[in-house]
Amino acid sequence: MRNHPTVKIVTELDIVAARRLSRNMAKEIGFGVVDQARIATATSELAKNIYLYATTGEIVVEKIEKNGQKGIAITAIDNGPGIANPHKILEDGYTKSTSQGAGLPGVKRLMDSIQINSELGKGTVVRIEKWLK
Amino acid sequence: MKELKVQYEKVLSDYLLNQNESNLYIGQNLVRQLMKNNISPEDLVSIHKQSMENIVPNLPEEVLNSFDFLIEVMVHFGLKLKEHQSLLLKQEEIRIEMEIAAKIQNLLLETKIPKPNGLDIGMVSVPVRKMNGDYVHFMHDDEKYFSVAITDVVGKGVPAALCMSMVKYGLDTLEYANSNPSYVLEVLNRIIEKSVDDSMFVSMFYGRYDLENDIFTFGSAGHEPALYYNSKEQTFTDLDSKGLLLGVLPEIKYSQTDIHLSENDFIIMVTDGVTEFRNMKNFDSRTYIKELAKSLRHLSAQEMYDKIFENLNKLNNFRLTDDFTIVIIKKY
Repeated sequence: MRNHPTVKIVTELDIVAARRLSRNMAKEIGFGVVDQARIATATSELAKNIYLYATTGEIVVEKIEKNGQKGIAITAIDNGPGIANPHKILEDGYTKSTSQGAGLPGVKRLMDSIQINSELGKGTVVRIEKWLK
Repeated sequence: MKELKVQYEKVLSDYLLNQNESNLYIGQNLVRQLMKNNISPEDLVSIHKQSMENIVPNLPEEVLNSFDFLIEVMVHFGLKLKEHQSLLLKQEEIRIEMEIAAKIQNLLLETKIPKPNGLDIGMVSVPVRKMNGDYVHFMHDDEKYFSVAITDVVGKGVPAALCMSMVKYGLDTLEYANSNPSYVLEVLNRIIEKSVDDSMFVSMFYGRYDLENDIFTFGSAGHEPALYYNSKEQTFTDLDSKGLLLGVLPEIKYSQTDIHLSENDFIIMVTDGVTEFRNMKNFDSRTYIKELAKSLRHLSAQEMYDKIFENLNKLNNFRLTDDFTIVIIKKY
């Protein structure tokens, strides 16, 4: 993962940097303007979660390929408090703080897949993918 | 998608040539097809931008950029909208569940009003929400005794209803109507104290009627005092008995008191939903109910509670603020 472009999320400005990174990568892969906007928004939500709940962490953006299909994967890694029920967090209305953004249910809708690994007290890894159609 | 794009561009260019109502109407009718094809708001803005580029070549850079900006905003707007819709759906699911739960509760807590010799009994219990936090339990197993419990869970809705089911089963385990009210309250206090959350309290008025000697023995656990009307003296007495709410502390002792009923005497038991008027601070509801009941004393128990409920409901502007329960026992 180290070889992929990474943005450390420490301040709110880093959220913008993460958006820019993912949008540029999406454009390079060949995603259209609307999908670029979706990918940047999803990245933004993940970065915002790190900024709000874990204080620090990083966003890793990578090109992916499977069976000749191209896509993008964004991984958010933090050492924050972790999530007790990763399944529940994907339900609308589970967290009140979603008023800040669209939350993980929204991120799931923007992308093709979402995967959450979390351990209480250790941190959370969220990986989202979208394939070029 | 491609076909829709062509269609949209055609309708849009028609409109740009001629801004009339019919072209607007055709445009709006496209929405159904857009939705059928799962076109999101941001997709539509993108289609609009492309159409504009084709219809009006050399559009100023600012205009084209503004569409990109709108796409960006729409992505988020669409997200929030979908979240909202999914919450509405969930709300509907919960509503249906509540309805079923209320039906089950009604079956569970159904009370059959007994008809012991010499007594006329009537009751009404109206929940303010779907689930009732008040409960009336009668027992009448032989010709010697008849007993009644009127309870109110502090709190409303589902938690109160769940707690009430337990009170019902606690009362069911007593089996016979001849138990002493003080004993009944002590047993229920123990059950509730052990098994219910600390924030959940229940008030109860428990009475046992000795049908052979017309003696009413009662005890109370923090419940609204009942009203006893002595027909010979034409006076009311509060049937109050000091006792802590059920479920606060273990091993509480409750006292009990006997009164003797004569012909045409009656007892009115209520929950605080009957006596508390949120919109009238200095209103003495108990005095009002006494006067009302006195004027209705010639009626049957059922007619009496009908009239009392009607009157109090009118006073409350037909808006209950709490579960409302009245039980009337009349000696004839």
